[in-house]
Amino acid sequence: MDETQNKTHLNCKVNGKERDDFVSDNMLLADYLREKLNLTGTKIGCDGGECGCCTVLINGVPQHACLRLAATCQSANIETIESLSEASHLSALQRGFHEKLGAQCGFCTPGMIMAAEGLLRRNPEPNEEQIRQGLASNICRCTGYIKIIESVQFAVNELKLKEKVE
Amino acid sequence: MNEIKPTKSIGIRKTLVDGPEKVSGKALYSADFFPANCLVGRIFRSPISHGKIIEVDISKAKALPGVKAVITGDETDEPFGVLPIARFEYPLARDKVRYKGEPVACVAAIDTKTAQKAIELIKFKYKELPAYFTSQEAMAEGSLNIHDHREGNIEREVDFDLGETDAGLATADLIMEETYNCAEVAQVQSEPHAAIAEYDVIRDFMTVHASTQVPYYGHKMLAKTLKMEESKVRMIKPFVGGGFGCRTECLNVELICALVARAAKGTVRIAISREETFITHRGRPETDVEIKIGVKKNGQITAVDFKAIQRGGAYSGYGVVTILYAGGLMFGVYHLPAVRYKGLRILTNTPPPGAMRGHGTTDVRYAFENLLDKVAIELGIDAIELRRRNFLKAPKYETLNEMFINSYGLPECLDWVEEKSGWKKRKGKLGVNRGLGVACAHYPSGASKPVNWTGEPHATVHLKLDWDGSITLLTGAPEIGQGSTTMAIQCAAETLGLDMSRFQSLTSDSKLTPKDNGAYSSRVTYMVGNASIDAATNLKNILIDAAARKLEVKPEDIECLGEVYRAGTQDEGLTFNEVVQVALEGTGTITAKGNFDTLPESWGTKKYRGGAISGSMAYAYAAQVVEVSVDPDTAEIKVEKVWAAQDVGKALNPLAVEGQIEGSVWMGMGQAISEGTQYVNGLGITNSMLDYKVPTIVESPPIEVGIIESIDPNGPFGAKEAGETSLVAFIPALTNAIADAIGVRPIDLPVTPDRLLQLIEDYQKTHKAAR
Repeated sequence: MDETQNKTHLNCKVNGKERDDFVSDNMLLADYLREKLNLTGTKIGCDGGECGCCTVLINGVPQHACLRLAATCQSANIETIESLSEASHLSALQRGFHEKLGAQCGFCTPGMIMAAEGLLRRNPEPNEEQIRQGLASNICRCTGYIKIIESVQFAVNELKLKEKVE
Repeated sequence: MNEIKPTKSIGIRKTLVDGPEKVSGKALYSADFFPANCLVGRIFRSPISHGKIIEVDISKAKALPGVKAVITGDETDEPFGVLPIARFEYPLARDKVRYKGEPVACVAAIDTKTAQKAIELIKFKYKELPAYFTSQEAMAEGSLNIHDHREGNIEREVDFDLGETDAGLATADLIMEETYNCAEVAQVQSEPHAAIAEYDVIRDFMTVHASTQVPYYGHKMLAKTLKMEESKVRMIKPFVGGGFGCRTECLNVELICALVARAAKGTVRIAISREETFITHRGRPETDVEIKIGVKKNGQITAVDFKAIQRGGAYSGYGVVTILYAGGLMFGVYHLPAVRYKGLRILTNTPPPGAMRGHGTTDVRYAFENLLDKVAIELGIDAIELRRRNFLKAPKYETLNEMFINSYGLPECLDWVEEKSGWKKRKGKLGVNRGLGVACAHYPSGASKPVNWTGEPHATVHLKLDWDGSITLLTGAPEIGQGSTTMAIQCAAETLGLDMSRFQSLTSDSKLTPKDNGAYSSRVTYMVGNASIDAATNLKNILIDAAARKLEVKPEDIECLGEVYRAGTQDEGLTFNEVVQVALEGTGTITAKGNFDTLPESWGTKKYRGGAISGSMAYAYAAQVVEVSVDPDTAEIKVEKVWAAQDVGKALNPLAVEGQIEGSVWMGMGQAISEGTQYVNGLGITNSMLDYKVPTIVESPPIEVGIIESIDPNGPFGAKEAGETSLVAFIPALTNAIADAIGVRPIDLPVTPDRLLQLIEDYQKTHKAAR
């Protein structure tokens, strides 16, 4: 880290843990997560705001971590792909992407799943059109998207079943 | 007694063995490694398209505090390239630069900011030369040679005339011809290129992690350009975010990274940007196709005469193979009694293309199938029926260029799409601005002659069986998202009758895994799958021998049920772990090895130079029907539905096969309607994912997949290619559907709304004039 750079004292929450870090004013949230916190599940696939691979939830809303400066995340609640699997159990969305082959090369997958996570929190029972709209900022180059839509639908159904049981 | 049956793993929808890592964010790709004390590498690139290098002054950059090394073309005078006959590209330019963005120098520094500062301190002095951005400019009389040894900027000229083409055209009742231009397209795989090189000064040893489809070729080129012993290089391919052919040859990224790491005596990480990834290119070349088809009144093709010109960029890459494939793969879909081909691969001052999905055949097949549709209309024969009248005779069939077709599921593919799309009832009755189109394609299952002919088998798989009863499958086959590791384990598990959960895998690490040529030309399922079956068969024989010893019977009397080995149905038998225990006695850990080699009959023709290209053990077939609607005011195209049938021999994993076919169709759609690189004076102006328009989830069409299983006699459980053929079929099926919808036939690719609108307006003008 360049010592001459202005630094901000950043207090935020990442995946449920309170963070207390000094970050350069020009450090991207994506780099903060990947390089400082070693949360490399968040991928960088473009030069800024094009591919959606770095999508994380900021206060529950899906955003590109490459378009956000870490220093602007003061007291924000940030969630990355690593937060979804608890005690090595996959979440319903993660299971969906695994079972339905929504992930081929897997590089867009973390961002895609976080965008879907944001969508399901807003709208737990999206129809196909709403799924398409919810994932429109994320580019996948392997699947042709059909299996991604099926993956999200798998999770929707599983969450509905779970609700019924409970 | 035991009701145990061998576990089945083939023909069943299987999730990927490495899926949990991908969905949980645990999968590590090249740019996810941040070793301690790792330096940042950054590349200085040529600001001009063509010029003589006078000086690369790195003195100021080197003197900057925090800079550990700066290297230029002086670092190595060893060229690299995939083809032994066309290696004239250097990791960093020497003497000349030949395209805008070509690497000239590289800095390794303690952080990004310092590296960037150092880049800005490099002084590049050059004498600019005339640059050629199109094939026509490069071929024009008086153009300078971009490479001294390639006169007239012709990288490769291919000529063949098989059968009696002139006579075939003379006997034709109808000859139709057309000229097509297909834009250069790029893979735009999700993961930008990245490499981490760790130089061990004490041992003079180089370890490289890189995003590659060909760690073996990378390994060879690292040793060559570093001038190190091949045994002193370790190449590892971590998770890779897609390839589609752009990493089918060793790239300058991994070579530069290793060179600068050695100069810095440490570890360097280079993660290039998306823009730089576009500049590194290796996609599909811009191709001009002139084609003439002769037919009898009954629709039988008498001859095909065609020419392809590919804008080959500044270096060969796979170029020679691409221009040969473009010719050779004309054969094998239909019965063609005569074919004449002229291919020209031209060198230009643009980034070098490579071997993109559907390598060599895509643009030529597009032209052929587009023109064939026009022929069908002219003859008044249904487009599907016309294709049927030109089917190959049932296998075994030999083409004029000595391709042997041992399995041919094209008739079933066409039947399937005809039925599912309601072709007979719906064709021509969909109302205004809506139409149906059909097209066919094929693709090899691996090149039967590898580019590096060493006499080794095409594929080798090791199975390590140890005291704990677990089996580790070791393969060099690069898993790049296509599911190759899952496939290899399925093949071994099925052969041994064991559940896949008994298996673990280690892939693509030259220190641990057997060599593999790489993930390209759809070779992996066919070749590595067969090698995996062979290894599992050998292991099974060892276990049967052990069981026979223990049960005191002859090996031929042992029945293998996967988890149980027994001598006859009345025998209680031995559990797998008991057999393993006996098998290890006196010998210890077992490694069983399996190989695959191609048959000489598949090595192609000697009738023309380069005729080995196109030779494959098997060819997959596809037929597709596309339904499209066109907005008459904006000429916007909407793909309403796709019916995609592919003969994959045997679907080892129907889930993965569907994924491959859907992805292929969709990638074909991108090339058909929106994708294409553009340059202004050699400067790429589509080098981002906003300017280079891949389709998004919003415009992605519903695709119904039909899996046709012709059971290839030599494929693993009958399997063949599954990941490329359907891309090729989509593009002409779409343009044929547009022609059906609006009566105007698209010619050049991509069919963007502005182009289509122009065609519609032109058509309306001539129509009016005719009236």
